[in-house]
Amino acid sequence: MAAIAQAAGARRERRALRMRPGSWLVWALVVFFLVNVLGVIGSVVLDSVGKTWFSGWTPTGYTTSNYSQAWDEFDLGQVMTVTFQITLLVVGLSLLIGVPASYALARRDFPGKRAVMLLFVLPILVPPIAYGIPLATMLYKVHLAGSFTGVVAANLVPSVPFVVYTMTPFIEQIDPRLEQAARMCGAPTRSVLGRIIAPLLLPGMLAAGILVLVRTFGMFELTFLTAGPTSQTLVVSLFSAATSAGIRTAQNIDAMAVIYTGSMLVLLVIALRFVNPTQLVARSRD
Amino acid sequence: MTDTAQTPAKTLDAQRFNELRLQGISRAYGAHTALHPLDLTVRGGEFIALLGPSGCGKTTALNSIAGLLPLTAGSIELDGRRIDTLPPEKRGFGMVFQNYALFPHLSVRRNIAFGLRMRKVSKAETERRVSAVLDLVRLNEHAHKLPGQLSGGQQQRVAIARAIVLEPPLVLMDEPLSNLDAALRLDMRAEIRRIHQEFGLTTLYVTHDQEEALSLADRLVVLNAGRVAQVGTPSELYESPRSAYVAAFMGYRNILSLRAESVDAGAATVVGDGVKFAGTVSAAVTAGASVQVAVRPEDLKIAAGEADAAFEAVAEVVEYHGREFQVDALTRAGSRVHLRTPERVAPGDRLSLTVDPRRALVFAAENAEAGGAAEDPGEAG
Amino acid sequence: MSAATVTVADAPKAALRHRLAERGVDRTLLLLLPGVIAMAALFCYPFIYGLGLSFQPAKGGVFGAYSAFFGDSFSEGTIWTTLGLAIPASLINVGLSVPISYRMRGDFRGKRLLLTLLVVPITLGTVLTAEGILEYFGPVGWFNLTLQKLGLVGAGHPITLVNDYWGVLFSLIISGFPFAFLLTHSYLSGIHPALEKAAATLGAGWWQRFRFVTFPLLLPGLLTTFCLTFVLAFSVFPSAIMVGDPDGRTHVISIEAYEQALQNFNYPQGCADAMIMTAAMLLVIGLVMGVRRFFYTGSTGGKG
Repeated sequence: MAAIAQAAGARRERRALRMRPGSWLVWALVVFFLVNVLGVIGSVVLDSVGKTWFSGWTPTGYTTSNYSQAWDEFDLGQVMTVTFQITLLVVGLSLLIGVPASYALARRDFPGKRAVMLLFVLPILVPPIAYGIPLATMLYKVHLAGSFTGVVAANLVPSVPFVVYTMTPFIEQIDPRLEQAARMCGAPTRSVLGRIIAPLLLPGMLAAGILVLVRTFGMFELTFLTAGPTSQTLVVSLFSAATSAGIRTAQNIDAMAVIYTGSMLVLLVIALRFVNPTQLVARSRD
Repeated sequence: MTDTAQTPAKTLDAQRFNELRLQGISRAYGAHTALHPLDLTVRGGEFIALLGPSGCGKTTALNSIAGLLPLTAGSIELDGRRIDTLPPEKRGFGMVFQNYALFPHLSVRRNIAFGLRMRKVSKAETERRVSAVLDLVRLNEHAHKLPGQLSGGQQQRVAIARAIVLEPPLVLMDEPLSNLDAALRLDMRAEIRRIHQEFGLTTLYVTHDQEEALSLADRLVVLNAGRVAQVGTPSELYESPRSAYVAAFMGYRNILSLRAESVDAGAATVVGDGVKFAGTVSAAVTAGASVQVAVRPEDLKIAAGEADAAFEAVAEVVEYHGREFQVDALTRAGSRVHLRTPERVAPGDRLSLTVDPRRALVFAAENAEAGGAAEDPGEAG
Repeated sequence: MSAATVTVADAPKAALRHRLAERGVDRTLLLLLPGVIAMAALFCYPFIYGLGLSFQPAKGGVFGAYSAFFGDSFSEGTIWTTLGLAIPASLINVGLSVPISYRMRGDFRGKRLLLTLLVVPITLGTVLTAEGILEYFGPVGWFNLTLQKLGLVGAGHPITLVNDYWGVLFSLIISGFPFAFLLTHSYLSGIHPALEKAAATLGAGWWQRFRFVTFPLLLPGLLTTFCLTFVLAFSVFPSAIMVGDPDGRTHVISIEAYEQALQNFNYPQGCADAMIMTAAMLLVIGLVMGVRRFFYTGSTGGKG
């Protein structure tokens, strides 16, 4: 027995040795990347609680006054309210529009389906800046520029296709025979949708909704192009504060950035309870 | 090449070896032991089937031999040379995967040539050997297709061709027929048998289908929950299984839990609720102990008169099978027995049944597991 | 006689409905309507409107805005500036993703945690990343301090990484690499593990397994990943302003378009720039997708 155990030990050792150089390099790269990301976030967080930090490894002293200053100076209460109103409205509307569309796309094969698919894939592919500028121009012409409605409408453009593409695999995996069975049991369309499809789709809708929430909360370009002073979201006012030079201290801006990061991380933690990390960037299955 | 059975005209020759010795190989996942120490010696040219229900450790054993899974303990020796320390690509075994694992981006020809290419075999030699194997599996006209364009049976043959073109000393097959429909499975079984014979391959074949195993293998290894239940030739296992578990796998569909009344030199009288008959003892059974008695459906006969009846049962379900009837009947104790009879039986008929004592195998009672496993082969087959 | 008339009158109507249903057209398609209308109104219409507007500049005739863009070396140069950022960034992101996700294709403890950590920079968004880069990679930031500590640069002579090309490139890598990694990782896990095992039993070592089996199957996915990372990098905007040199080395095309439309209020010019941007991007994607057609793009599930 001892000999066998020894042999097994020797084998493990050899295996470990063989894997070493490649693995080390890969892990070193990952660690290097993560250390830098940590540094990027850490600098902001540390600066937001610092008094002054012109040089050296750490600020000269610590304070929480940056937060209260930032909160007052940038009117963050109002900004946060607007942000959540916009985000939730976009989530609700895009689910309302996107889920039925994804159902039809998953279940039916019809002439022109490819064109409809293309219509839903283009807003994801074309960069927001490229269609945001014409969109902003058009909103300006119809007097919606800078309005709450305009921002919500603009954010629907990437969100609806995103819901469609997140939901389609969820719907495809529901056996169509379930619906046929329900119909054979005498259920009308409304009951089929309400009692069979909707409950089965709930996890998918939850996932899609949360993903849209995270994306809209962080969506900069579209909101930036279409928002006015009263319809700015947190990320846009953060950008404006950071780029309008001079007047504010860097610490206040960083405090605001930390508030943004904090809200984002809370959303992220919630999101990751329901979805796979990969889903945040793309469909889980292609 | 110590081969004498093959004709000299053969273009392909498996590299022969004398024996592959598995010594106490085992595999554990944390606290769960998937494969208990397995000892087995495979002789060159043998066809060995590893048989057992799903989750019994047979695929684990196969992957360990292939080198795809590290061993927890034990060693593998090929003609005295230790090979378990080699990675899979250095062992030189061929393997046919359950879902075939054909490279979807390579044509049939390039799939088959893959292993030769890895070994840097010359172009001309590769060409010759691939063509020979394509002939062998009769896929010549499909050589340029992608695997996705082939039917299941054709993909199966590509997988076999890819494994044997390297002339490996040992071919491992992991339930290669389980993805095919029933008719195709019979054809492919014959095909595998033919290739094995023509080619003189040593084959280790994993399956859960006892019919497949019995018809293909020279020797069978029956596994139960990671342990070897019995090793033997098909006829040994078929005629004298060593336990109720193996018996259940070998087509003894009736496993009755009874009590041994008397035991006398290989013969026993077993009794139960309204049951009494004589059987053959194949392992140590003491008088008075609980036993399991295994009887094949075709060995349960309808008695001429009530006097020599072993027990009575009421026919419940009768299926017409052409030359005979398949009857499910309930004994008085409520256990269900299966029998085959040429006599016309109607549901509800009271049947007096007898058993030839030589055909009723008496085993010491096992744990409950065997009873559950008894249902498996019937479903799988 | 009357029965026959009824059949004749009814037949065409019923048949049409069934004929349509046969082709998949029935009332279920009404569910598409809100989505299609929303996309048409909010995406197609503005786009076409912008395209139309770009042909109606204040001066210079129909193609005035376009000739103004290509006539001015500063604005024309934005295309090359943008490509000069987007192509290296996408190549680096995809190039790093391949070995890393290949190493991590199996299951190991803490994998989900690692994936989560990698997701963080994506969700933080470009604005926050830019803010952090300004401080971290700045002349007195931790990065330069570390380099000085290690003696790689002299004290008092920090290397310039922000307000320059490099800062923007870093921000594209920080937000783009996790994206590329997660995509590559999901493509890689779509390749059935039995294929590599099969290659191993056929005598292929790890490099050969990667070179002849995994990589060819991964390549179409890599090209798609490249396209998506490229789209992200090509439309770089906030970080080019915040950590870059928006009037010089990182004056990318999105800044040019934004300034024309919403700072100079020259809408036709801004729309023309946006159209040029879209066209340039579609050109690159079209090229890559054209290359992708030459490779096997079918199922990688192992069954062929």
